Amino acid sequence: MSDKKLYCGVDVGASATKVVILEEDGTLVGHETRRTGVEAAEVSESCRDAILESLGLEKNAIALTGSTGFARDDVTFSDIKRTEISCHSKGCLLYFDGPMTIVDIGGQDNKIINLDENGKRTSFKLNRKCAAGTGSFLEEISTILNKPLEDLNGLAEQSETPVKLGSFCTVFTKTEILTNFRRGDRIPDIAAGAFESVIRRIIEMDPLTGNIVLTGGVVGHNPYIVKAFERVLGRPVRVPPHPQLTGAIGAALFAIEENSQGTE
Amino acid sequence: MTDAKTEEKPLVRKIESRRAMAKAMGEYFGEIFEAAREGSPKIAWCTSVGPAELLVACGFRVYFPENHGAMLGATRMATDLIPLANAVGYSPEICSYLTSDVGSFLKGETPMAKMPGYEFPKPDVLIYNTNQCRDVKDWMSYYQKHFDVPMYGVNTPVNITEVTEDHVDVAAKQIEAMVEPLCEITGVKFDYDLFKEKVSLSRELSEKWKTVLETASAVPSPINFFDSTIHMGPAVVMRGSTRAIDYYNLLLEELNTCIETGTGSIEDEKYRIYWDGMPIWGKLKSHSEHFASLKTCVVASTYCNSWIFDAFDADDPFKSMARAYTELFIVRSDAWKETYMQRMFDLYKIDGIIYHDAKTCPANSNNRYGMPDRLQKDSGLPYIIIQGDLNDMRCYSEEQTRTNIEAFIEQLAEK
Repeated sequence: MSDKKLYCGVDVGASATKVVILEEDGTLVGHETRRTGVEAAEVSESCRDAILESLGLEKNAIALTGSTGFARDDVTFSDIKRTEISCHSKGCLLYFDGPMTIVDIGGQDNKIINLDENGKRTSFKLNRKCAAGTGSFLEEISTILNKPLEDLNGLAEQSETPVKLGSFCTVFTKTEILTNFRRGDRIPDIAAGAFESVIRRIIEMDPLTGNIVLTGGVVGHNPYIVKAFERVLGRPVRVPPHPQLTGAIGAALFAIEENSQGTE
Repeated sequence: MTDAKTEEKPLVRKIESRRAMAKAMGEYFGEIFEAAREGSPKIAWCTSVGPAELLVACGFRVYFPENHGAMLGATRMATDLIPLANAVGYSPEICSYLTSDVGSFLKGETPMAKMPGYEFPKPDVLIYNTNQCRDVKDWMSYYQKHFDVPMYGVNTPVNITEVTEDHVDVAAKQIEAMVEPLCEITGVKFDYDLFKEKVSLSRELSEKWKTVLETASAVPSPINFFDSTIHMGPAVVMRGSTRAIDYYNLLLEELNTCIETGTGSIEDEKYRIYWDGMPIWGKLKSHSEHFASLKTCVVASTYCNSWIFDAFDADDPFKSMARAYTELFIVRSDAWKETYMQRMFDLYKIDGIIYHDAKTCPANSNNRYGMPDRLQKDSGLPYIIIQGDLNDMRCYSEEQTRTNIEAFIEQLAEK
C-alpha cells in the first residue's frame, strides 16, 4: 500500500463526521465515523489520524484531502472543498451509472439530487428547515419510546402493522405517539411508523420518478428504511456499499480528480 | 499535505453615488420629521404601491411604513421587535414588515431615531392599496385604531392575467373617491394640473429606475441585486418629485461609465442569477459578498422591477395611475408572471434562478404553486429555492442557505 497514492475525504455532517481514505482507483482502504459535536476540526483530524494509525501510515501518505459537509471550511487539512450535494453525486457515481435520483437521509437534513445519463446534475432539493423526515426525528422518537436509537431498526423489523404518524411536526408527532400508547399500539409498530413518516416527508419533496439510490447515515444504520422505501415506491431502490460514507467518498474522489488534473 | 488555502474574496464594487442617495433620502426624511414637529404639512402614511402621487398633489408629506420595515430588517432590529407584535396577537406567520413595524412602535425603537432632527411622523391619514396583499390593510388598520385617524384605500383585484378596463375603472374610482376627504384634511383645493405634474414626474422617475436596472443586462453587470434593493429607495419614497430623478441621473452616469470600461459589480463575473422574491434584508451584505466569492452576480430580480410603472400618463392621471398600480407583477396571475420572467431571463442573460420562499410573505414567494418547475421546463434554466424571510431571521438558516447556493453554483460550473 505504501507505494500507492492515497486520498482522504472528510464529510463533516451536523450529526456525524465521516472520514475515508481511498486509493487512486477509488478502492476504500479505511474509514472512521464519529459524532461531530462542536469541535469539527478536531474530530475530523482525529478520525483521519485513527485511520492512518490502523493502516500504519503517516500523514504524508495522503496526497490530497477533500472536505464536504456543513463544516467543510473548518477542516484545516483540506485541499479542496465541495458541497455535500456535489460529493454525494460523485460518491454515488463510483458505484452506479446515471441517470439516478439520489435520496440522502442525514442526521439533520435530506437531499434529493437528480443526475442525468452522463452523471451531470440537473437539479437538487434540500428539505425545509425542519427536523421532520431526518435522523433527528428518529432520535426524538427513540427518546419518547425510551429505547436506544440503534434499537429502532430491530423494533421496526418486528412490526406487523406500522402505525401511521400523520403530523408534519416532530413535536406534534411526539404528542401523537403518546396518544398511540394510550390506544394500546405496540412499540414495534410505532417504530416502523416513525420510519414510514420519514419516507412520507421525503416523497413530499420530489416525485422520485427515476432510479433511486439511497444514501446517508439513517440508511446506513437502518436497513428497515430501505425495505419500507421499496414498499412505498413499489419498486427496488439501490444502496451503495457504505451509504453513510458516500459524501466522504465523493470528497476523496474530488481530491483524486484534482490531483490528476494537477499532474496532467 | 497542505493546509486549507484561504482565497482572497473578489470585491463587490461600492457604488460611488451612494452618498448622493443618502443625502437625498436624508432630505426626504428631514422634511417628514419637520412636518411632524411643526404639525404642517399633514402627514400621510401610505403602503408602498399606494397612490403616492395623489397624496403629494393634495399637499401631504408621505411616509411609507414598508420602507421603515425594510430599514428594520436591514439594521437587523426586526427579529428582536417581531415578538412584541406576536405577543399582542399578530402571528409570526403574517407579514414580518408588519410585525417588525408594530414591534418597533410598541417598543419605541427605530433606526430613524439616529437621523438628524428625528421626530415620530404621527399620521394624519392612512392610505393603503391591497394590490400587494391584505396584510398592508391590516397593518394600516392597527394604526387607525391607535391614532384614531381616517383610513382610505384601494382594494385591487388580484391574480389578473390581462388587465381590463373594468379592473382599471374599479381602482380609478376608488382613487378619485379619496380626493375630497384628503383635501379636507390638508385644507387645500385640489389642483388637477398639479396632480398631472406629479404623475408625469413619477413616470419620468419610473423610466429612470428602469434604465438603471437595465444597465445590469451588460456583461459584466455594473450593479447587483443587493445594491439595487438599497438604491431603489428613492424610486419608492420620492414618487412625484424631482429629487429622485436627479439622483438616478447621477447613478446612471456612474453605471454607464462602468459599462464603457467593462467594470463589473463583482470581479470576474462568471454566472448571472435572477432572484425571485423578497430580499433577506438582514443578510444583504453577507449575501452580496457570498455571491461575489462564487464569481456570481445576481443581476436581476422581480422585486426591484416592481417599481417600474410604464402606464403613468399625465393626460389621464387617475386612470393611468390606477392602471400602473394594477399592472404590477404581484397582482398578476402565474401565467402572466412566467411570460414576464422569461423575458427577464433573456434580457439579463440569466444562468439560473433563485426563488426566495419568504415564510411570512406568500404574495412575494412565487415558488409555491409550481412555477419553478414550469419555468425550468420552458426556459431550460435550473433553479433552487431558499427558505428564509424578508425580516424574521428566526426563519432563516445560514448554513443551509450557504450550502444550497454553493451547490447551485457548482451545478452551473458543471454545465
